[in-house]
Amino acid sequence: MIAALIYVVSLVVLIQFFVYYCRSALASSRKVALSARVRDAAGVGGDSVAADDFERFLELVRLCPENSADRAGIRAVGTYYSLLHVLARLSQTTVPSVAAWAERERQGCSHFAAVALDRRISFSRDLFVQQASSRP
Amino acid sequence: MLGPVDYALWVAGFVLEAAVVVSMFYRGALARYFSIAVDMACTFAAQCAQYVCSLKFGVSSRQYFHFYYYSDALRTVVLFFVVIQLYQHAFAAMGASRYIRGGAFLLLVLTMILSYIVVRQHKAHLTEGFVVELGQDLYFVGTVLTYILWGAMMKLRERPAWLMQLVLALGIYFSATAGTYALRDLSPAWRGSSLIWVSPIAGLWLPVAWTYTFLATPEKPLFVTSRIAVKAQ
Repeated sequence: MIAALIYVVSLVVLIQFFVYYCRSALASSRKVALSARVRDAAGVGGDSVAADDFERFLELVRLCPENSADRAGIRAVGTYYSLLHVLARLSQTTVPSVAAWAERERQGCSHFAAVALDRRISFSRDLFVQQASSRP
Repeated sequence: MLGPVDYALWVAGFVLEAAVVVSMFYRGALARYFSIAVDMACTFAAQCAQYVCSLKFGVSSRQYFHFYYYSDALRTVVLFFVVIQLYQHAFAAMGASRYIRGGAFLLLVLTMILSYIVVRQHKAHLTEGFVVELGQDLYFVGTVLTYILWGAMMKLRERPAWLMQLVLALGIYFSATAGTYALRDLSPAWRGSSLIWVSPIAGLWLPVAWTYTFLATPEKPLFVTSRIAVKAQ
């Protein structure tokens, strides 16, 4: 009985912690403006990125050399994005306000991925410069 | 017999624990979050000792089983010190450090007394079930403490981004592990299932998330929740 209670409480708390962890990661990246090179690389025209751009940014991120520092954040936000995608689809017709909130959060995920791409491009350039300077 | 996945998890654990300490040093946070560095060092030492124990007795031996779970329980107690330090940072502005120290000391003494009583009562049969139950209880206490801290932080006007992410990552670790232990305690049939991988993977989550916090998250406080931030924009 106690184990069942602990299991249920832990599961509920885990979901809460996970959602807020992702939201705090999104909140810290929301303040970062996208650079021109990311806009050029991803073909972003306007000031903000679209909710559906997440996958495209993620593919570009995967093309860059791995940086272990951002791996956890990208994976966690990727999972959060997938959950939001399901939630948006389910609530589209039944609860439009929830669908609208999920859409805003998905847009935040896309912005997070764009910021991650920007960091990876900088990291790749630094690596390239280091390699070029170490050559005899 | 250890497989390649076990070795990969072990090596990844060592590398990531070192990465946390290096990233803290790099961002000048080593002194401020010293308990995290101590926890990483303890985890590193425990993993080395577990490896030696596995070589000496074998991974399927009772000795290794008990050593693994009791060292894990001790490591959870070390994690409580991390929680205490996070409490101190969260309430530093309110001048409540003295009360937190007192409360933490009381909590520690109560945990020690409770553990002593439980071990004394079960000393004749320190079985597999008892070890799993002890781990489950310790992780659940950690979950509750982290949840209270997070709830209190949500009431604060100023929420440092680092502190917020450190607390949330710790909460994910505690709750995921407590849930896994509880599930194993519910049905002994699940003890040998794929659930045995959850704890080592959750163990990797903590250093990965903390390294990410120190390296990729700006230290600036998150003054408002993202919901309010959207309104402000």
